[in-house]
Amino acid sequence: MSASDVTLRLPSSPVALDLRPAPIIEPSEATGHGEGGPAPKRIVVSYGFWIFLLSDIVMFSAFFAGYAVLAGNVAGGPTAAELFDVRNVEIETACLLLSSFCCGVATLAVEQRYERLTQVALLLTGLLGLAFLSLELREFAGLIAQGAGPSRSAFLSSFFALVGLHGAHVTAGLLWLGTMMAQFYAKGFRPDICRRYFCFSLFWHVLDVIWVAIFTIVYLLGVRT
Amino acid sequence: MPVRRWSVVPVPQIRSGAGRIISVTALVSGLLAGCGGGVLNPAGPVGQGERTILLDSLAIMLVIVVPTVLCTLAVAWWYRASNRHAAYAPQWAYSGRLELLVWSIPALVVLFLGGTAWIGSHELDPAKPLSSRRALEVQVVALDWKWLFIYPEEHIASVNRLVAPVGVPIHLRLTSASVMNVFFVPQLGSQIYAMNGMVSQLNLQADRSGTFHGLAAQINGDGFSDMTFEARAVSPGEFSAWVASTQSDGAPLDAAAYRLLLRQSARIAPYTYRAVTPALFEAIASQELPSGEGPRLTEANDIGSTQEK
Amino acid sequence: MLGKLTWQAIPFDQPIPLYSAGFVGLMLLAVLLWVALKGYVPYLWREWITSVDHKRIGVMYCVLALVMLLRGFIDALMMRSQQALAFHAAGYLPPEHYNQVFSAHGTIMIFFVAMPFMIGLMNFVVPLQLGVRDVAFPTFNSVGFWLTAAGALLVNISLVVGEFSRAGWLPYPPLSELQYSPGVGVDYYLWALQISGLGTLIGGINLVTTILKTRAPGMCYRRMPVFCWTSLASNMLIVAAFPILTATLAMLILDRYLGFHFFTNEAGGNAMMFVNLIWAWGHPEVYILALAAFGVFSEVVSTFSGKPLFGYRSMVAATMSICVLSFMVWLHHFFTMGAGGDVNGFFGAMTMIIAVPTGVKVFNWLFTMYRGRVRFSVPMHWAIGFIVTFVIGGMTGVLLAVPPADFVLHNSLFLIAHFHNVLIGAVLFGAFAGYNYWFPKAFGFTLDERLGKAAFWCWFVGFYVAFLPLYAAGLLGMTRRLQHYDQPQWHPWILVAGVGALIILCGIALQGAQLFVSIRARRRLSVPMGDPWDGRTLEWATPSPPPAFNFAVLPNVKGEEPYWGMKRKALEAMHLSPEPSYQPIEVPRNSPTGFVTAFFAFVLGFALIWHIWWMAGLALIGAYATFVVFAWRDKVEEVIPPGDVARIDRANRAARALALQEIHA
Repeated sequence: MSASDVTLRLPSSPVALDLRPAPIIEPSEATGHGEGGPAPKRIVVSYGFWIFLLSDIVMFSAFFAGYAVLAGNVAGGPTAAELFDVRNVEIETACLLLSSFCCGVATLAVEQRYERLTQVALLLTGLLGLAFLSLELREFAGLIAQGAGPSRSAFLSSFFALVGLHGAHVTAGLLWLGTMMAQFYAKGFRPDICRRYFCFSLFWHVLDVIWVAIFTIVYLLGVRT
Repeated sequence: MPVRRWSVVPVPQIRSGAGRIISVTALVSGLLAGCGGGVLNPAGPVGQGERTILLDSLAIMLVIVVPTVLCTLAVAWWYRASNRHAAYAPQWAYSGRLELLVWSIPALVVLFLGGTAWIGSHELDPAKPLSSRRALEVQVVALDWKWLFIYPEEHIASVNRLVAPVGVPIHLRLTSASVMNVFFVPQLGSQIYAMNGMVSQLNLQADRSGTFHGLAAQINGDGFSDMTFEARAVSPGEFSAWVASTQSDGAPLDAAAYRLLLRQSARIAPYTYRAVTPALFEAIASQELPSGEGPRLTEANDIGSTQEK
Repeated sequence: MLGKLTWQAIPFDQPIPLYSAGFVGLMLLAVLLWVALKGYVPYLWREWITSVDHKRIGVMYCVLALVMLLRGFIDALMMRSQQALAFHAAGYLPPEHYNQVFSAHGTIMIFFVAMPFMIGLMNFVVPLQLGVRDVAFPTFNSVGFWLTAAGALLVNISLVVGEFSRAGWLPYPPLSELQYSPGVGVDYYLWALQISGLGTLIGGINLVTTILKTRAPGMCYRRMPVFCWTSLASNMLIVAAFPILTATLAMLILDRYLGFHFFTNEAGGNAMMFVNLIWAWGHPEVYILALAAFGVFSEVVSTFSGKPLFGYRSMVAATMSICVLSFMVWLHHFFTMGAGGDVNGFFGAMTMIIAVPTGVKVFNWLFTMYRGRVRFSVPMHWAIGFIVTFVIGGMTGVLLAVPPADFVLHNSLFLIAHFHNVLIGAVLFGAFAGYNYWFPKAFGFTLDERLGKAAFWCWFVGFYVAFLPLYAAGLLGMTRRLQHYDQPQWHPWILVAGVGALIILCGIALQGAQLFVSIRARRRLSVPMGDPWDGRTLEWATPSPPPAFNFAVLPNVKGEEPYWGMKRKALEAMHLSPEPSYQPIEVPRNSPTGFVTAFFAFVLGFALIWHIWWMAGLALIGAYATFVVFAWRDKVEEVIPPGDVARIDRANRAARALALQEIHA
């Protein structure tokens, strides 16, 4: 059949069509589930970011699985109990949790459009994050100096990779934070910038959750065995 | 004591249509087997059990697949748009009874085959001894790109040739001195991975004498295609004679000889060692002896490698 | 200064890669020169390279896939010819090249042909079927595409600068570790896949959000077309599985670059863990491809049978259960690793369970054709060919799922025949069906029917001639990836398989001819109304090609198959529904973000492969700068005035009113 031969078929039996008008739903209420059409940007952006976070958690899970498999393979070298300084980890955890708290304060400030409080809270978030990172880097340097670097054994490889991956995420987060601070400063509380900031705060809080899993599974359990 | 054979899966009472399918598959397998070698022409109980389960599963699947394919073609042809005799039901898009049928046919077949898979996995597990008869112990080391067979009880070793007596179960323990490998003699049955730092197990048996093709079934480098070996099944008398002549001739497999073996080489004609360092296999498998080096770099193949030139 | 990169990297002493790379380079140069001299560069930059329109991006994905299909198929021809020649002989490809050829073949076909084709079709069609204007994140969509293209470019560059991996399309360690693969080949593979994998993940997030959060008013879940359901399942699998690939390849990168011991022989590395992780990704990956293809066939079979798809809810349930089950079967890729009866039995049983929803789908397509009016268009040829071929391939899959059978067939040519059976039969046939089906929507004219049917027959016959002998060779004990062999009983089957590959070559040539002839005859083949197949879903309500905003007014969806309902209403009333009131429409602005990001990604990958650390650092800075520039944009959308919207929509309505008149005349 040629392209112009459009065949529209007459129905073989009349079918009652639902001709009632669709209920009117305010655009801001649209859930995207069809009732009112596509969801508003704020919902779409945060939903999409949640999906990204879930995928990131899957990636971390693969590294956690690798750690679980390789934790016992110390190749005759130092073990977790010999190496880990739980005190240091406690301080790191405190820094990160406080950092999240400041991020929460910043979120409230953004919602209320308080410029000064936003910048101060974000600055504190960043400084505490930096403190976390520097403690972690110091720990890594110390381990490497005593011959317990990632190339010593599979256990240490998986440790450095898992904890290092988290640290890399924190680093990326700090770069993002700096960019957000600059954007708030230069452009104020524009809706799209606020949406992006909300994604950043989600990211920062989820990094906290991952850290809780890390210090439990890696440090606390590791020191026990 | 008779060797326990894996029993044939009882094929349920089937219609003659399916019977025709089974005879076709038997014909095909006969044709292929006649071409010599391979999975459909097994020389031992393990291979036979696996062939049986393969053909039985094929027959069961064909009972579903052949009617489905034929129906698809028939339906498409009969309900072609130019056929005005065919009924046209443009609103018909659901039928509860058909849904039930459509879910239950695959489910029942899968249930049956799943049970077969479960039973077969246990019956034909490579690590399961074939009988209570005393097995011939062979230790296998996969190297780049040859196979080393150590006979710990006879204190001899053979490269690229596995000799075994007919009718005696062979208990193989395998490891690799380099990369991941797979040991496979198609006419004897199951493959098994050979990995560095691990010991895997395989039980095989040859029920008739002959020379069977053996190969590596996992890409392991440039010499992969050359990593073939002979699996030779001989009468028990011939086997004893071979052991005796091997013990009296050739070089010993000591540390120096093993170091030479570790170097990458291919197309090695079969040869033997008259003695083996005790616990050599255990030393290899526990990584006490280091694994083989990788490729030695020459001007020709050194493209952007990190090794010192 | 340039890391490991020296003049030695270019294969001056190897004629085959040198001449082929030279030929391709010249062709590329010729095309670029022609484009530049004809003045197409501004058009291409403005309308395609910087486009964030899902339709343009979808087309570009498909173009990438088709081009890489040629490269991957040439690899296949080389493999078949080498094996045909290398019986008791060395052939013409030494092992170090042959091993690269089969590794490149698999990598390219999965990551740069099958994936981009399916993703391209989903990108193009899903927003149109959902009745919305674009995907949720249009600029990120562009980033995702260009990252995939950057990965493809890296793989292709390896032909001429350096070498490719020799460890197969999934590089099992320890072979892929530095000790046994010291060259740059595995590094090319790793970075190409990390970059394109990121692109794929971005696309997955995009489509999941689009399908779940942006649909036309009234389109609840049970009114969504089945293609959107399969796209949802496929993209959810991408989001859940690709991070595992990223993680596993990252572990291998750490081993190779920083001396880690995830998978090495010494210091406690565990190579089995790689196999488990990579197949935990690998099995969902094939369902990512297969589910998308099933969606295409659901649309095609339904449209060309003139009936709604049979068993809609059943199809959706089957799709979502395949989605979940695909994560529970991965061990069937290595039954012979020796995990024991319990583990092997469990995974064997699970693998068979996943055959149930797949079988259900086949029966539902059958019942869709039953009591329908089947039109044998080119897409329908592909669909029926798919059902026949895929059922056979699925059967051999179930056979392989029985562990004792797998013990003798693992890694043999039987396995190769099985997975080509399902990948070609489902994914590639699905790609070609979708390509023929939606081509008129994208470009406004159909593809030539006769050449399309001829191409189908060549592919169909060629496929069986190429792969049925491989089943036989596998049963005779021949393993995969052999560069030469001495067993006489294998030789005749390999020769026949070579002939099959040549028949497929004819099919590909005919497809090229089809495209060429159709473009030249596009006026004769044009579709003024935009609905050449009497479609049932919303994409056929738009003009062909659709305007940037897709729909002048988002449709109000009142039932399943909304467009079919609209057409019936128009036929009964004998006129179109009243003209809507036209509003200005915001569309996202074009952006070079995607292209520039991918440029830096490519430079980063190349620099990391060759250990040019300063270049890698600069590329990272460049990528971050691109991100900042993108974030700093003030004007992100353009407004299309209502007058333009009205003009475009009125033209569409006029064409449809004309068609309506012709019917009643």
